[in-house]
Amino acid sequence: MSRLLALSATALLLAGCGGDREVTQYGPNPDLPDKQRGLLPSMTIADPAGWGDRRPAVPAGYEIKPIATDLKIPRQTLVLPNGDILVAEGKGGGDAPVMRPKDVIASYIKKKGTSSVKGGDRLTLLRDRDGDGVYEGRVIFAEKLNAPYGLALVGNSLYVANQDALVRFDYRPGQIRASGPPVTVTKLPAAINHHWTKALAASPDGRFLYVGIGSNSNIGERGMAVEEERAMVWQVDAETGAARRFATGLRNPTALAVQPGMGQLWAVVNERDELGPNLVPDYLTSVRQGAFYGWPYAYWGANPDRRVQPFKEEMVKATVRPDYALGSHTAPLGLAFSAPAMGGAFGEGAFVGMHGSWNRETPVGYKVVFVPFRGGRPAGAPVDFVGGFQADGKTFGRPVGVTVDPRGALIVADDLSNTVWRITPVRPGVPAQAVPAR
Amino acid sequence: MATAITRPTRRSIHPLHAVLLASGLPLFLGALLSDWAYADTYEVQWINFAGWLVAGALVFTGAALLWAVIEALRADAPRGRGRWITVGLLAATFVVGFIDALVHSKDAGATMPAGLILSVIVFLLALAATWAGFSGPRAGEVK
Repeated sequence: MSRLLALSATALLLAGCGGDREVTQYGPNPDLPDKQRGLLPSMTIADPAGWGDRRPAVPAGYEIKPIATDLKIPRQTLVLPNGDILVAEGKGGGDAPVMRPKDVIASYIKKKGTSSVKGGDRLTLLRDRDGDGVYEGRVIFAEKLNAPYGLALVGNSLYVANQDALVRFDYRPGQIRASGPPVTVTKLPAAINHHWTKALAASPDGRFLYVGIGSNSNIGERGMAVEEERAMVWQVDAETGAARRFATGLRNPTALAVQPGMGQLWAVVNERDELGPNLVPDYLTSVRQGAFYGWPYAYWGANPDRRVQPFKEEMVKATVRPDYALGSHTAPLGLAFSAPAMGGAFGEGAFVGMHGSWNRETPVGYKVVFVPFRGGRPAGAPVDFVGGFQADGKTFGRPVGVTVDPRGALIVADDLSNTVWRITPVRPGVPAQAVPAR
Repeated sequence: MATAITRPTRRSIHPLHAVLLASGLPLFLGALLSDWAYADTYEVQWINFAGWLVAGALVFTGAALLWAVIEALRADAPRGRGRWITVGLLAATFVVGFIDALVHSKDAGATMPAGLILSVIVFLLALAATWAGFSGPRAGEVK
């Protein structure tokens, strides 16, 4: 209750200052303020700076170390059964034609908040030979890929979601280099590729692969013809490559994960822009087969977005509410379910990597949070797990993919400082102290 | 030049100024028609057209405004109330046109109806500014 009062007081103060009003916007019932959009959108673009002697902040009882630096835009990682870590490096999109004067200006502004390094289009393998937490081995596992992002291992098959195709490598335990070029499982929608990241997860039995495909626009402003097979999760038959729509209306499903023990597919989704600093909340949700999650006609259940024209009223009623809001513009790009080895307070739940906002005056995101679960469902407020990515108006890193090493470590890819971070309990097995998110 | 001042015929507008002054009008008209087509069909290409047409019109209007200001400030500019009318109308056209451009940077249907209304207003302003620019007294002219 006192927390709630503190939040309200902060909200009043900020409203008085003319800054973004802060609202409680996590959990199953987020505050949804009125839509607002002035003539000029409010923006705060990250001002990149080197880490120097700084390190990201982690809770007491945990430590963080960079295990690989100078990568070429690391996005997602995969922990292999022998403990090796694969890092997908790349930068896609950029093929979207300039359609309006705004496109010229917006792409120039947004570019300033990202790394200037060219995407590697490759997979790098990291190995810790002696288990001391130092990954002294580093080799290029595969190269000449096309903006690889989602990664999944099923038996001896390593699946990689390029921005234009789902491909498969043969993988033997301990292998450090792909034995040949990959086999294409299926082509993926790739025209324009405004939201180019192709998230990937495998069903527990390995029969199906789930591919997250982002929309080609904010709210259909390029016309709905270019949104065919976009803003949805595909279910791909691993054997035949046959694909079908699994769930739709998901604007930009940037990471997928299957819940251990339950087999349920979950996603983090980036919602729409230009409705104000506190709309629309990005979210974490279980993905129900056949469900429609609203984009572009509605958001957070039956809230219509009539900027979309021609409007389809019936789609508003058909919209399913997501499970858990993560705040507007926080830009979740990573999702991983925890394991007991992560330590007491962080043993049951999901880690979410937030790339951070740009179209909002007060930056939000720029951290990794932990969403506690109980009985297989999110329960309670998110807890900051990795922070300190911004200070003194500078931005040192931006988290993307998060992966849990079942031996007790969280792997975080940072595509601004081109670093892979590893967070471990200082003494495994000793419960750590959880600190609520601000 | 002294010879120009004593010349008995009406001095015409400088050809380049004429081009700058006249070019905004058809572009604003194109924007208005494109907005109308978009509001009618919600075919996105129309609103894309409108965005570029407004941006192009602003370039010409801005240059014409600058020229008109310099001309009005010239030492041999004619005295009288009409001196700043063109400048004022061009400035109004530029300001409303700029707001129109910002509205056109919104996504899809968020541009409507404000975009169409502003395009009508800015077209009328551009028409008045162009009219005044071509018919008003100018520097070096004999009264």
